[in-house]
This record gives sequence, C-alpha cells and structure tokens, in this order.
Amino acid sequence: MVFCSRLYLAMSVVIILILASLAVGLGFVVAFVWSVRDGQYVDTVTPAMRMLAEDPPGKISETKTTAK
Amino acid sequence: MNTNIETFKYDNRIVRAFAIATVVWGIVGMLVGLLAAVELFFPGANLNLQFITFGRIRPLHTNAVIFAFVGNGMFMGIYYSLQRLCKARMFSDWLSWFNFWGWQLIIVSAALTLPLGFTTSKEYAELEWPIKIAITIVWVAFAVNLFGTIVKRREKHMYVAIWFYIATVVTIAVLHITNSMSMPWSWLKSYSMYAGVQDALVQWWYGHNAVAFFLTTPYLGLMYYFLPKAANRPVFSYRLSIIHFWALVFLYIWAGPHHLLYSALPDWAQSLGMVFSLMLIAPSWGGMLNGLLTLRGAWDKVRQDPMLKFMVVAVTAYGMATLEGPLLSIKTVNSLSHYTDWTIAHVHVGAMGWNGFLTFSMLYYLFPRLYNTKLWSVKLANYHFWIALLGMMFYAIPIYIAGITEGLMWKQFTKDGFLQYPNFLETILQVVPMFKLRAIGGTLYIVGTLMMAYNLYKTAKSGVFEPDTEAQAAPLEKSPAAVQGKPAWHRLLEGRPLFFTVLATVAILVGGLVEIIPMFLIQQNVPTIVSVHPYTPLEVLGRDIYIREGCLGCHSQMIRPFRSETERYGEYSKAGEFVYDHPFLWGSERKGPDLAREGGRYPDAWHYNHMDDPRSTSPGSIMPRYLWLLTQKMETDSLPARLNALRKVGVPYPAGYENGPAQKDLQAQAGKVVANLKQGSVKGEADKEIIALIAYLQRLGTDIKSAPVTTAAK
Repeated sequence: MVFCSRLYLAMSVVIILILASLAVGLGFVVAFVWSVRDGQYVDTVTPAMRMLAEDPPGKISETKTTAK
Repeated sequence: MNTNIETFKYDNRIVRAFAIATVVWGIVGMLVGLLAAVELFFPGANLNLQFITFGRIRPLHTNAVIFAFVGNGMFMGIYYSLQRLCKARMFSDWLSWFNFWGWQLIIVSAALTLPLGFTTSKEYAELEWPIKIAITIVWVAFAVNLFGTIVKRREKHMYVAIWFYIATVVTIAVLHITNSMSMPWSWLKSYSMYAGVQDALVQWWYGHNAVAFFLTTPYLGLMYYFLPKAANRPVFSYRLSIIHFWALVFLYIWAGPHHLLYSALPDWAQSLGMVFSLMLIAPSWGGMLNGLLTLRGAWDKVRQDPMLKFMVVAVTAYGMATLEGPLLSIKTVNSLSHYTDWTIAHVHVGAMGWNGFLTFSMLYYLFPRLYNTKLWSVKLANYHFWIALLGMMFYAIPIYIAGITEGLMWKQFTKDGFLQYPNFLETILQVVPMFKLRAIGGTLYIVGTLMMAYNLYKTAKSGVFEPDTEAQAAPLEKSPAAVQGKPAWHRLLEGRPLFFTVLATVAILVGGLVEIIPMFLIQQNVPTIVSVHPYTPLEVLGRDIYIREGCLGCHSQMIRPFRSETERYGEYSKAGEFVYDHPFLWGSERKGPDLAREGGRYPDAWHYNHMDDPRSTSPGSIMPRYLWLLTQKMETDSLPARLNALRKVGVPYPAGYENGPAQKDLQAQAGKVVANLKQGSVKGEADKEIIALIAYLQRLGTDIKSAPVTTAAK
C-alpha cells in the first residue's frame, strides 16, 4: 500500500519533538523537585502577603489609581 | 536577625524604555492590522503597492502585535517586577540594554523585510534566518540576565511569577531553535530543513507553544504580580497559583497537533494534541478563578480604578480563550471551525482581551510610579476602557458570526446531495459585511490606545522621572546545608541548581538538535508515492513567489477528508504528496478556495487574467490585483543556489542539474506557458514572474491526478 507509509513519514520528526518536549519536561521536573526540597512551598501564605509590602515606604507616593 | 542590611537600586530606566516601546509598537501593529482588515473588504486599499498587500502585511501585523507589542510589554513587566520580587537590581545593566536595543533592532528588521517579501511563510516564525539568529542571541542575553538576577536575589522564596518567567525563557528558546532549522540560499532567504508533514508538525508544535509560552505564561506571571499589587491584597490562593504553574508547564507542550486535525498528520498525534488540550482547561480556569477571586471584597476598587477594570477583563478574556481553545481542539468542533474566521475571533479575544488589556493595565500602573506622580486623567483612562471593550466586541462578535457562517456554508449540501454553495466566492461575499464591522471594532480599539498614549504622555510630563528606586534588604543567609555542615562542594552545587539545570538543558538541546535533525530528516525524505516528483526549476521559482506574496494567508493547500471538501476541491490530501515541500504551505485560513488541487482546474490564461484583475474572472472577489507579477522579471540567477539548497535538505535533483540543464528546462517550460497563454489570447512574456507562478499553480496536486496512485516505478 502506497499510503500506508503515512505514519512512517511523520515519525522521524515526531521523535525529535518528543525528545525536545521531554527534555523541557524533565528540566521542569528537576526544577520542581529542587523547589520542593528547597522548601519553596513550605509556606503558602506569607509569600502572597510579602510581595505586597516590598516598596520602601515614602519613596513612591500613592497614586490616585490605588488610593485606599 | 541579619543586621547586614544592604542598600541597592532598582533600574527604572530600562522599564521606561520598554514601556515606551510597548506603546509605540502597539499602535504601529494595530494600525497595520486595521489596514489588513480594510483590505479584506476593499481590495484596492493596498493602492496596488506590493509592499502593503494583504499577504505581506498579515505577517507584519501578527509579528508586530505578538513580538513587538506584547514582547516589549512582557519585558517591561518582567524587568519591573523581577527586580522587586528578587530584591535585587538586574544582574547586568549592559545585558538589559543589549536586550532592549537588540529587540528593537529585530522589530525594525522585521518591519523592513516582511513588506519586501522576505518570509519563511511559517506562521509567527516568518522572519528569515539572519533575524532568527539575532533573536536567539538577544533571547540568550535576556535569559542570562534573568537567571543572574534570580541567583543574586535577596529573597529566598521565589514568588510564583518568577517561575512563570523561567518557563517562558527556557521553553521559547527550545521552540525557536527547533522550528528555525533551515538551509539558507541567499543572505535573506532559506528553505526549511523539514518537509511536508514533518514541517507542519514542527511548525505547529512551535506555533501553539509560542501562544502558550510567549503570550500566556509570561503574562500569567505578570498577572500574579500586578493584580494583587493593584488590588492591594494577596492572591486568593497561593497554593492554587503553584498548581496552576506546574500543571500548565507539563501539559502545554503536548497540545500543538490540535492545529492539524483532519490533516495528513497521523491520527494518534492528532488525538494526543486533542486530549492534552482538553486537560488544559483545568489549570487555566484554576488560574483565572484565582485571579478573579483575588478581587473578592475589593470590587469597590474595581469600580473606581481603571487599571483594575482592565485587569478584570484581561483575566476574563483569558478564561474565555482557554475554554474556547480546548473546545476548538475537539475534532468534531474543529471540522467546522478550522480554516474559518472563528480562529481569527478566538485569537483576537486572546490578543486584544488578555494581552492587550493586561498590557494597558500595567502601563497605567507603571507610569505614575516611574514618574512619581498621579495618573494625569482617570476619566480618560475610563473612556479608554469602555471604548476598547466596545472595540473588542465589535471585532469579536461579527467575526464569530462570519466564522460559523463560513463553516456552515462550506459544508451545506442540497437535498439531492450537491454542494449548496459550490462557488467559494459566494460564501465569502456573505460575510463581507462582518469584515466591515470588524474594521470598525479595530478602529475603536486603536482610538482607545491613542487616548492611553496621550494620557501616559501627560502623566510623564506632570511628574519627575525616577531613574533608580532605592531599596534595602539583607542578603540571603547561607543555605541550610552550610549550617548542617555538608561539604563545601555540595553547598556550591545546591546554591545554583536551577540555573545550571536550565542552562544545561538548553545547551544539550541546541547541540543535539543541530546534530540530529539533518541526519534524521534528509534520509527520511524518500518519496512514497511513485508519481510524486520534485518541482521543476520554473515551479521552484513560482513557489518562492507564492511564499513571498504570502498567498497562504488566504489559501490553504490541505484538503481534509470530508465529503464537503472532496466535492469542492477534489481528492483529499495525502502525506506523501508533500515530501518535497520545503517549507510546507498548508496554511490555516481560507479567505479564498483551497489550492491543493488547483493544477489543471483553469487554463493558464485564466490565471493570468485573474492575477491581473481578480474581479475580471471572479466578480466581487476580495483578492488584490497582482499587477507587479506581470511586469517584474523573474530572478533566474539564483536558481543554482536555490536548487542546491533544496538538494541539501533532501530533494533528489541529479548532480550538476543546476548548472545548465535547469536553466534549459526552465526556458522550455516557460515557453510552454507562453504558448498556452497565446491560445487564450493573452500575450505573456517568458521572463516575467507571472509565468513561474502559473507554472507552480498548474502543478499543484497534479502528481496524483495525472497518474493512478498504484502505478509502480518504471
């Protein structure tokens, strides 16, 4: 069958894409494991608070758009 | 407590530079889009100038909006938030400015080369090889700057936004390099290393992930920074934001094949793409709800603060687009939506709503802070919000209607089993009024953007720019490992695991891909249908003209296996027909009929007249006139270079063919076309570009037509 080679045709590049995707994925797995072991997710409450309060007081005036 | 407090300065200059670039390129990109929109109902709007004809400015519009507007917006937001989240100035000011000027230079070169017709024709990757190399270099500079800043951070915890930035920088590098593999044949032109189905698969693996990792992940990071900041309350659930991030990065990269449903791509790959796309609904909606619920109890602020209004619409648009996207990747839905304007509506909800509104929001947030003042006019910003929202509605709703109308009309059969609308033109003329409404929507959106530009300008005028913001923080304490007395080498490695992992991944991939790809692909390009032959020299020239003019912006070359398509266009497309197509030209849009089996459908003279004035052969057609093809001489000097490059990527031209026999064959075939034209009482000259284009069009799809597919090799 002439058209049966469809799968075969697309195969070679699929291997490259899967390898590339897996490499990216594995990279993120490593990063994830690191982040857990580093204790990045031990505290899931204060990081969200802390990022709000990092501007040094008085340096930047409150603008109209965020006036309390 | 650590008493070792350090004082340092955040770099605001780089943020301002990117902010100004965002506004300027945003306006340019939107205006080009408006011109393209007008040309779709008023084909004369290009003033018969080749440089601003639809096929050439469509990629200019998409590139300008994605990489210039959103790209600069992304850098603006990252350079601002990263410094503050890391409590550190950027790693290197020099790299920051290299990133800025390099990126602007790339944008300018895109704005010059695309109208001139230098394009790879691969969507959102149209820029030619020297520019692609420049993109890689600038991106690496950005990556080093980003990771360098993370390494020297004074805040141990990496806020979730930083993770989104990391995903962006790593994944885009891999995607860009993989999809850019090509063989140059001149200083500004190249052929894709991949052919046909393979090229299509790589392109849409890239294409989808460009949306995912250039338009989505960085902006999610920005959302997680600017939304809580603006509302002045913590994100609804930090835990959910972490799940949102990790789920997205692991799912997104597999969804690409949903752009090729019912094409000649293997079925299993299509199903894989569809399944992963559907799974993406969960993290996307988790993220959207997390954004909206952050405003819980703060909705009074939304009423008063235009910045928050923009943010709310942006997050809502993210939710709509990420529900619609997976729905569109269900094969049944896709069979109706693909090739229609539905896709256009979908991406514009994403681009105008999610990216556009979030960018506007950030700009309104940043300018008063950078200039130490208040926003010049909250009222004007409110007007901007409403006019932009109205513009988006006027854009999206008519184009949704147009898309569904097109899809239904293409598939409609009469009682007796014939196509109800056999003439493609009928289906397009039906939706032209929608195209007009869309242009009104686009105009409103641009008016809003201009109002913002004025507002920001006045804000800047009313304040004093603060080039550096001083801040204080203690440096990171020694890692716990050191305290526990682990050996020094272990500490050193542990300090920078992320940095090294990521750099190593990229390095390995680049090296691996450069080595593997040519080896893999060239050997695989064995013709599997005996009647499929490489393009003749004249057809190669014609194909390059087809690419230059961006014909695939409106004409697909991929007949899906539906009766409505095979009745209209002929036998459905087979993977084996495209083995010599460097690059593939399947397209993703039909503003005109599919051309996969165009060969032999009309006489040569019809094509000549049609290119001269499409309305002379197809009354009412929205196709522009291609007058310059009739007068410009074809460029035959570079023929050996072109054939050589094609041979290198695997097209089996005989040795030495390009040095003589090719020119002879070209003249002979051109002579035949001229003779055919004469029969149709058209006086054509053999050395004009139109001759090559006609030869190419007449070849399309004929390999299978002319010979029964079961014929064995002689």
